[in-house]
Amino acid sequence: MPPLPCYLLLAAMLFAIGLAAALTRRNAIIVLIGIELMLNAANLNFIAFWRYGPNPETLRGVLFVIFAIGVAAAEAAVGLALIIALHKHFKTTHVDQVDSMRG
Amino acid sequence: MTFPALTFALLAAVILSAAAAVMMFRNLVHSALVLAVALSGLAALYLQLHAQFVGFAQLLVYVGAVAILIVFAILLTRGNEPSDQVIFSPGRWVGAGIALAVFGVLARVILTSRLLAGSAPPAPAAAVKEIGQRMMERYVLPLEVMGLLLTVALIGAVVLALRERPSG
Repeated sequence: MPPLPCYLLLAAMLFAIGLAAALTRRNAIIVLIGIELMLNAANLNFIAFWRYGPNPETLRGVLFVIFAIGVAAAEAAVGLALIIALHKHFKTTHVDQVDSMRG
Repeated sequence: MTFPALTFALLAAVILSAAAAVMMFRNLVHSALVLAVALSGLAALYLQLHAQFVGFAQLLVYVGAVAILIVFAILLTRGNEPSDQVIFSPGRWVGAGIALAVFGVLARVILTSRLLAGSAPPAPAAAVKEIGQRMMERYVLPLEVMGLLLTVALIGAVVLALRERPSG
């Protein structure tokens, strides 16, 4: 079984890649995908600490991740609906072209 | 190399290359499909970590729902944009630098910590029956709140993306 720091480093790399995708891409959908990657990296951290930590029979890590997956799904649905509504109005999904708040 | 270490190395390579490809691809549908590959790799990693329910929940929810939702949103927001447009924003180097700095801080903390050195304890039993029991006894409030949250998010998403009817 690989040691715990291996899983944590993998999660950190995944988080950094998701952060880079959210910060550097122009398309709003790729920004949302980056956010989902960051959430998945945090979930991996939780499961790794649950597996290697004391008292895994309390199932805290597993339950936290189950709720986190549910919340992330709700957030992805609302975020994508927002992007669709923005596209109807601005006719573009590039984040640097959505720059006015007048309706 | 032992079998668990080999599977971990393979899965880590798949996940990281798929995540990097999500960031690099120009075509949005390719990005979404490669995201599904990355999420499936993560589900396999959860199975290796003896969290079987989370692994299958990840496959059902993330790969089966969120990735498909993203593909639908890509289909619904297609414009007539020319394919030679820049895909990275003007602040791309600052963003990459920030991501690199965040990874540097995290890696330093992980590698210099003394708490993390140790062997793996025996595999815990995360049976679905126990998860359900916890959810109904101790975590029943978060369960109900999450049901409410999902309902509100569903209705809100439909209302937001609804086609506007012409007034009058």
